[in-house]
Amino acid sequence: MDSDRRTFCKTAAAIVAGGVAAAVPIGAGMSALLNPLRPGSKDAHDFVRVAALDAVPNDNVPRKFSVVADQVDAWNKTPAVPIGAVYLRRSPTNVVEALNAICPHAGGFIDYLPAEACFLCPLHKSLFNSDGSIKDRSSPAPRAMDTLPAEVRDGAIWVKFENFRAGVAQKIPA
Amino acid sequence: MSRLFVWLDDRTGLRDLARAFFFPQIPGGARWRYVWGNAALFALFVQFVTGVALWFCYSPSAQTAWESVFFLQNNVAGGWFLRGLHHFNAQVLTMLLAWRLAQSIIAGTYKAPREVNFWVGLGLFLFVLAASVTGWLLPWDQKGYWSTKVATNILSISPVVGPSLQRILVGGSDYGHQTLMRFFALHAGVIPLSLLALVVAHVYLSRRHGYAATAPAAGPSVSYWPDQALRDAVACLAVMGVLIVLTVRHHGAELAPPADPTDNFSAARPEWFFLPLYQFLKLFPGGTEIVGAIILPTLLMALVALMPMTAARWRWGHRFNLCFATAVAVAAGALLWRAVAADRADPAYNLAKRQLEIDAARVKVLAESSAGIPPEGAVVLLRRDALTQGPRLFARYCASCHRFGGQDGMGGVVAGEEKASDLKGFGSAAWLTGVLDPAQVASAHYYGGTALKNGKMIKFVKTKVASFTPEQKAKLHQVIAAVAAEAQLGPQPEGDVKAGTEWLRGEMRCADCHQFREPDANASAPDLTGYASRDWLISFIGNPKQERFYGDDNDRMPAFLDEHVLNAGQIAMIADWLRSK
Repeated sequence: MDSDRRTFCKTAAAIVAGGVAAAVPIGAGMSALLNPLRPGSKDAHDFVRVAALDAVPNDNVPRKFSVVADQVDAWNKTPAVPIGAVYLRRSPTNVVEALNAICPHAGGFIDYLPAEACFLCPLHKSLFNSDGSIKDRSSPAPRAMDTLPAEVRDGAIWVKFENFRAGVAQKIPA
Repeated sequence: MSRLFVWLDDRTGLRDLARAFFFPQIPGGARWRYVWGNAALFALFVQFVTGVALWFCYSPSAQTAWESVFFLQNNVAGGWFLRGLHHFNAQVLTMLLAWRLAQSIIAGTYKAPREVNFWVGLGLFLFVLAASVTGWLLPWDQKGYWSTKVATNILSISPVVGPSLQRILVGGSDYGHQTLMRFFALHAGVIPLSLLALVVAHVYLSRRHGYAATAPAAGPSVSYWPDQALRDAVACLAVMGVLIVLTVRHHGAELAPPADPTDNFSAARPEWFFLPLYQFLKLFPGGTEIVGAIILPTLLMALVALMPMTAARWRWGHRFNLCFATAVAVAAGALLWRAVAADRADPAYNLAKRQLEIDAARVKVLAESSAGIPPEGAVVLLRRDALTQGPRLFARYCASCHRFGGQDGMGGVVAGEEKASDLKGFGSAAWLTGVLDPAQVASAHYYGGTALKNGKMIKFVKTKVASFTPEQKAKLHQVIAAVAAEAQLGPQPEGDVKAGTEWLRGEMRCADCHQFREPDANASAPDLTGYASRDWLISFIGNPKQERFYGDDNDRMPAFLDEHVLNAGQIAMIADWLRSK
């Protein structure tokens, strides 16, 4: 009986000591591995100049432009590199709209088809109207294309660029 | 649960495997002296776990290796701790394996039937050393870069295959992306897989042979679990404790400044347990390095590997082995001590080490500034930095005549006399006060070493200023404030600058020789307009023979820009650094 208890204590002590020793490197490794889950200080992009106003005729037809901004990629900071694309369109009354070119379904890159006056995602064939709303009820996209804040300043269009989470009905920052 | 276990055991033989692992008999009872093998195995496990985690954070290229390690150290949660564990555990693992080897030699357990396992253990030791060498380079910092260069150059002196071997390892003739990719593939791929294979063989063989009783029996034989297992677990915990203490005390592993092939780090040394070999090489005169670097170490290893044979074939074999191992250990210890002592006593070594720490701190500041690390890599941050390059350029181009606070700008002592003024604080009120002090102006610290020592300025200071009334001295003080203000060195000097400007033009008669504000064709001494300001300095260093400065009276100072000695960017870095101090 006594020797049973001694054996049990030794077994438990060996498992605890070995477990604690092994847990340290595993814990340190997991901490680094799970680092991306930390609430980051990812600074959202400010408004950036995307195109001259004249480059977007006031015919309500969307046109694609690259968004060029300073990029932070882990340790690198790179000034003025393309970070995404937007469709811009301007109404006859000079209202400017900006749509993120990424499909809200699965993140495909959306094309604009001028002949049909609609957007088409080449991956799963989501269809959107030229204002970005869902065109076809059977469309796989869970929400309309993501609109972005756009302003006209000194004859140029400025956009506050942002990406959103794909595959959900709500527009949640990525 | 037990049904599932039975099902699994039926198909895998798990029970027998577990029994072989956990219940071998230990003759004479559990002993503390038997823990070392499993402690080393545990250290290897720690190295695998931390290594794989580091792999997630590392990018092997000349522009990203240092940067990714820097990011890990400073931006990833616990990154410094993870890297610190891996770094210090490499040393602990090496020591544990060396001790295992010694234990086996002392106890004679390398003898039949355990010869093969002795060789496997020796192989483990050598592969762990190889992991150290390859890992040393991966952060791509000044330390790893320059010391690994020495290692691969030594490799190239091996007979016949040396040069080819070096090219294969380096991935060409120069260090770069290919070197890092190759070292990384070796360090994280080839070597760990080989170690794993050797560990499997080692564990298999030691279970096959059973524990060798190396001590008088303390009692009846017991099974490994739980008595010896508990001792082993405590040993593992102790290893971990040592690692944590080392890591926390040093706040992880050092990260030297990024590798710069144009900026030699003269204090580059291999990992400390290679220092005996490093010191050993100093004993071999030019042309005979191969003996010290290749032939003798190979011979030594061969003798160790042949120990089982020596002991089996020769009556005194085991004793010879013991003496040989002791001699090697003592020699290695002595060489290690001499290497460390030589470095400690070497001012150049200590200076280079200190500069390394200054640069490491500086690159951290630059990398964390809002501009961040450019895609070309962090090394350009230091190359473009006046505070880093200024003193280097000064030491190389200026310190043959000038001094900076009595030294060469980088803390080094310059042999020979001062031939020109000491430029620390050049243009500041304190510096100007010295120039206008009759007791100092003709000293080597100012113009005593130049052709100007017989010039008008020194004469003026030694005769006129020396006999100034207290009232005139007060005015001179204001002139000093006025001229110091021209340098725009940050905080404005005390004193009445406006009045000083008046005296400069008037009673103090500076403008008799010096140009000030208005063009003055008769000026024969350096322009005081913006004296020691950034533009003034850049223009002066570019060409002191300009009429605005010394004209034909210029002593030996070269026109660094006009004679193409330095470019405009380098001159600006010298000026910015001088003015920052």
